[in-house]
Amino acid sequence: MRYTLFLHSDESQAANFSEADWAEIKTAYGEYIGMLREAGVFLDTDWLQPSNTATTITLKDGARRIQDGPFASSKEQMGGYFVIEVDDLDTALAWAEKCPAAHTGVIEVRASAM
Amino acid sequence: MSDALAQEQAKARAVDVARNAYGRLLALLVSRTRDVAAAEDALSEALTRALTTWPTQGVPNNPEAWIFTVAKNRLFDDARRAKRWGASPLTELEEMTAPTPETNVPDRRLRLMFVCAHPAIDESVRTPLMLQVILGLDADTVGRAFLVPPRAMAQRLVRAKRKIKAAGIKMRDPDPEELPARMGAVLEAIYGAFATEEDDGLRSEAEFLARMVVALAPGDPEALGLLARILYAKARVVPAAVFVPLSERDPETWNRDEIAEADALLAKARRARQLGRFQLEAAIESVHCARIHTGVTDWTALVFLYEGLMHLAPTIGAAVARAAAVGEARGAEAGLRALSLIDESALETFQPAWATRAHLLARAGDPVAARAAFARAIELTERESVRAYLSQQRARLDR
Repeated sequence: MRYTLFLHSDESQAANFSEADWAEIKTAYGEYIGMLREAGVFLDTDWLQPSNTATTITLKDGARRIQDGPFASSKEQMGGYFVIEVDDLDTALAWAEKCPAAHTGVIEVRASAM
Repeated sequence: MSDALAQEQAKARAVDVARNAYGRLLALLVSRTRDVAAAEDALSEALTRALTTWPTQGVPNNPEAWIFTVAKNRLFDDARRAKRWGASPLTELEEMTAPTPETNVPDRRLRLMFVCAHPAIDESVRTPLMLQVILGLDADTVGRAFLVPPRAMAQRLVRAKRKIKAAGIKMRDPDPEELPARMGAVLEAIYGAFATEEDDGLRSEAEFLARMVVALAPGDPEALGLLARILYAKARVVPAAVFVPLSERDPETWNRDEIAEADALLAKARRARQLGRFQLEAAIESVHCARIHTGVTDWTALVFLYEGLMHLAPTIGAAVARAAAVGEARGAEAGLRALSLIDESALETFQPAWATRAHLLARAGDPVAARAAFARAIELTERESVRAYLSQQRARLDR
């Protein structure tokens, strides 16, 4: 089954990161991606710009409406995701647990409906 | 043999298989599909078909395998039509052999129970879910046991099954470190099966499941306590047409081997030095069973144990049982005082409270109030044999 791990965290923390902190974070994620690839479960990942750079668009009220800002504003925002192919929820949770983001935020795990 | 009799027997056989093999067959079906609701539908359809075809065509040689095959084929057809589950589980499902006495198919019930107890499932529905999928209890019965309206319970159960399927929770033996978090709900469900009703089928199922849990986690003191609790009660079961209260039963008719096994289990549980609800429940039973050796019941010990139970797992049942024990240990007046301390509104429709009150009032020399309490107790009693016993006790007041 294909699972997506949504990484939610408090974006305001990032403002205090030093150069060295960022280097450490990059190394940690690099290692994590390496583990996923080695296990043959890696499908995709991305690291997103902060939510205050988000733009929303909708046609649902009949007109095209574009707005500045994220869809929902809350303290914890989705900052990135991983897509993995594993057998079951427990295996997906085990991989989510190893993700560096688990230490600083919350990871939402959802199975593909396709 | 007349046709009518043969039909009756065929029907009874189908009901018998449904009762004894339900959880086992369902767990087998779910182990491949992960779709609890679809497996339930298929199994119930197979059982219905057995009820209609066996009486006319005869009971097959291996009734369980027959029902399993019908349910499996139905699942397979459905899945092929809907192209669900992808290729591999479908092939696995097709290749699954029906359980026969010779094939010795592993029992998957415990695995299914641990799926229901998964932390990804809403905590309040874990035990009800197990009672439904393993024992085939309907949402009404489960709802009643958990004091939840049937429709609300049915919705929660449906939602939980959808979650298992959509989130991809797979059946497998839990890792040792996962056991403690899931053990509580599993033990609750087994105890629920044991206590739901005076049903021999469910009781032997509960014993079997408790033995499986103990085999899986031999050091878990609560699992040991639960199995001991079940065995103590089983040891005292004597088939009888009339109801005899525990304190008047003859210990000579009890099963010494089962009591000895329960004693050993409880002693082993104690060594873990981690007291829990089921160990206390078992300890209470062990005090009653000790009469086989000592000839007397230690009511003071029972008062103490019920107080522990009220502390660890407060229930109205424990509070009333404590009052009854106080009545034996310190006199009827003290028992009535203990009963009067319990929240009155909770006692209104609780049969044991009225039966206890009636006995205590009778012993305290208040036949008028006792008569009224007996009347209320009889009103609230479902079992015919218990009603007869209470009526007899009430009649004694007139002598």
